[in-house]
Amino acid sequence: MEKIKEKEKEAKTEQEEAAQVVNPWEVSSKGKIDYDKLIDQFGCQRLDQSFVDRVHRLTSRPPHIFLRRNVFFAHRDFNEILDAYERGEKFYLYTGRGPSSEALHLGHLVPFMFTKYLQEAFKVPLVIQLTDDEKCMWKNLTVEESKRLARENAKDIIACGFDISRTFIFSDFDYVGGAFYENMVKVAKCVTYNKVVGIFGFTGEDHIGKISFPPVQAVPSFPSSFPHLFSGKDKLRCLIPCAIDQDPYFRMTRDVAPRLGYNKPALIESLFFPALQGETGKMSASDANSAIYVTDTQKEIKTKVNKYAFSGGQDSVENHRKYGANLEVDIPFKYLSFFLEDDDELEHIRKEYGSGRMLTGEIKKRLTDVLTEIVERHRAARAEVTDEMVDAFMAVRPLPNMFN
Amino acid sequence: MASFAEAPAGNATTGEKVFKTKCAQCHTVEKGSSHKQVNPFSLSHCRLQLPPIGDMGFSKSQLLERLQAQKIQFSQYDHPVVMTVEAQAKYVGHIKGGLSKNLFLKDKKHRFYIVSALADTKVDLRVLSQRLGLGKGGLRMAPEEAVGEILEVPLGCVTPFALVNESARNVSLLLDQGFKAHECCFFHPLSNDTTISLHIQDVEKFLKSSGRMVAYVDLEANPPVGKDQPPDLAALVPSDTSSIHNVVEKTATLQIDGDVNSKPVAVTAKASKVPSAPQKVKPVNNANSSSSFADPEKFIEEILKKASAIVVSEIKEENIKQHGDQLGSVVSNSMRKNLSLELKNLATMFKNTAYTEGFGAGICCSTKRV
Repeated sequence: MEKIKEKEKEAKTEQEEAAQVVNPWEVSSKGKIDYDKLIDQFGCQRLDQSFVDRVHRLTSRPPHIFLRRNVFFAHRDFNEILDAYERGEKFYLYTGRGPSSEALHLGHLVPFMFTKYLQEAFKVPLVIQLTDDEKCMWKNLTVEESKRLARENAKDIIACGFDISRTFIFSDFDYVGGAFYENMVKVAKCVTYNKVVGIFGFTGEDHIGKISFPPVQAVPSFPSSFPHLFSGKDKLRCLIPCAIDQDPYFRMTRDVAPRLGYNKPALIESLFFPALQGETGKMSASDANSAIYVTDTQKEIKTKVNKYAFSGGQDSVENHRKYGANLEVDIPFKYLSFFLEDDDELEHIRKEYGSGRMLTGEIKKRLTDVLTEIVERHRAARAEVTDEMVDAFMAVRPLPNMFN
Repeated sequence: MASFAEAPAGNATTGEKVFKTKCAQCHTVEKGSSHKQVNPFSLSHCRLQLPPIGDMGFSKSQLLERLQAQKIQFSQYDHPVVMTVEAQAKYVGHIKGGLSKNLFLKDKKHRFYIVSALADTKVDLRVLSQRLGLGKGGLRMAPEEAVGEILEVPLGCVTPFALVNESARNVSLLLDQGFKAHECCFFHPLSNDTTISLHIQDVEKFLKSSGRMVAYVDLEANPPVGKDQPPDLAALVPSDTSSIHNVVEKTATLQIDGDVNSKPVAVTAKASKVPSAPQKVKPVNNANSSSSFADPEKFIEEILKKASAIVVSEIKEENIKQHGDQLGSVVSNSMRKNLSLELKNLATMFKNTAYTEGFGAGICCSTKRV
């Protein structure tokens, strides 16, 4: 059903001008990303306030800032996860990272911060996949380099505060094999070459590594891929927090799951973290000034925010006081909505800055403080992560207390 | 080498000229001359050995000239020929700086390494061998002939500077990262009768300018090497294709034990394919032993410190006036609001550290169950 509806929708949107491109390897658009169109195009659901309230109720703690501010704004079957949770049925979390570079910026951390909250709030286990093989293939890195980057990125991930007694981190190069590989083959048998070309846009020029990669990212959604963790729990549901550009992988997975007798994984998806230069700019690892990196010093953050953050304020103080700031495009305000915990303060800033009473300099200062605090905290935590800790997180070991 | 007894009678004038241009740098014949202290005509230790055939390799003076040309500051100390670190220490040991010991090593596949370390750094060849991926007994001291053949220096004169010779182009250099802590370090400049002292960064700069790669290593570290832990120095093994580009690529992506400080050297076009991250890697302080996450006392201290800071900042005159006896709950709420997240993170780190230690211990020992 889902398949046919999607095909129709895809055909329709292709006729209209395909202004934006969103897939796991490319995100671009002529103007702002139109998320409504994306939800329509992909066929997922909006996450509305009722969900946020329900999560609040079920977990007896305030919902995470990313939920309150609609950073995670779309989902598939999240309601089923919550229904099951209410009945006492647990689930596990699955997220991942493609370790293409050593330099992580705040946008990279967003899904991990949210996943950590989910782990704490629902008290469920988590598997984190480091797709070093994917980066080796797509970015043409050597095997050694991708493995090394995977380990370095693992340290930053661990610094986000995951609970080691409930978390299993693995890199594809180390872990693929055994039951995991058996599931990969099962999934691969269900997806034709044409289908995978349709979903991911592969061409005849792409090497076979790329074409056979999708099952690797699909398979962690099935508990039987982790016999050391979930043996005997074949019906355990999976929730995948990710950025919305990963949706194609899991559309494919959800399509295949019933044919293998597995539950479909649920998804909860976030929007893209805007570049400092604005929504239309692309955050790229090669432009150091397009994002705030977790290794930036306080001074660097201040410089970047002051110099490069795209401002929605008016060009002169008089105009600004008259017309107020354009909050739609103002990057400091956007970033604050991601990271400023205090709802009341954000609301205050919205009013003052939007009306022109507050100037750009002030909001930028506030942003600098907020970002510095986050980066400092992350850096302090990162400094405590040892190689032994990474080894322990990545060891194939049982997690006896993962649901407590 | 010919002995003087057998040589044909020479022309004194030509001889004087030759002496002045070549020998005088090391040798002196004048009675009571000052600083060129070398034993006159002790030719068995003369650097300027009569070459059989072929290239000479760099000489000390050429090296020193090169260093000066690159405006590298160094101090030069001449002394009698020394063959050991102890002997060298007799002459320069009193001067502030890091004395070096230099080992010339060879592995089973006839690849060569120079390990240059501070004199008191412990160098365990078995550990190094494992870290290089050569197995436990892979590294041996190189035979004496190799010192002359490959490094083109006399015995007892192994030095990082030997790398400038063409014949040493495939020798891998491991520098003790401990050198960085010293203002200057002592090395032989291709000759046992002199020692120069200079900053290790200048040694690095000089070698790089000759197209040689340099790697800093924590020589005393002993990381486990096993199925899941690849040898951390594997990239320092000279490759067979012996192209500088290969070495650059490997060293550019090197993760040297615990030292995230070591910036990858000369990024060439090939290595720049590796993501730009190397410039962004800032020092990460792995001060594990002093962290508050392994020690309950320090952990609690950290918590109390943060909590007290909040309490102290909240109990101000205006607040007392405003809230009166409600101040208690105001302070407590403020603490919750400001500290919950941070303390939870601290506690998670503490838990993770404890688990890691337990895990590490668990995989090492096997429990005996009855």
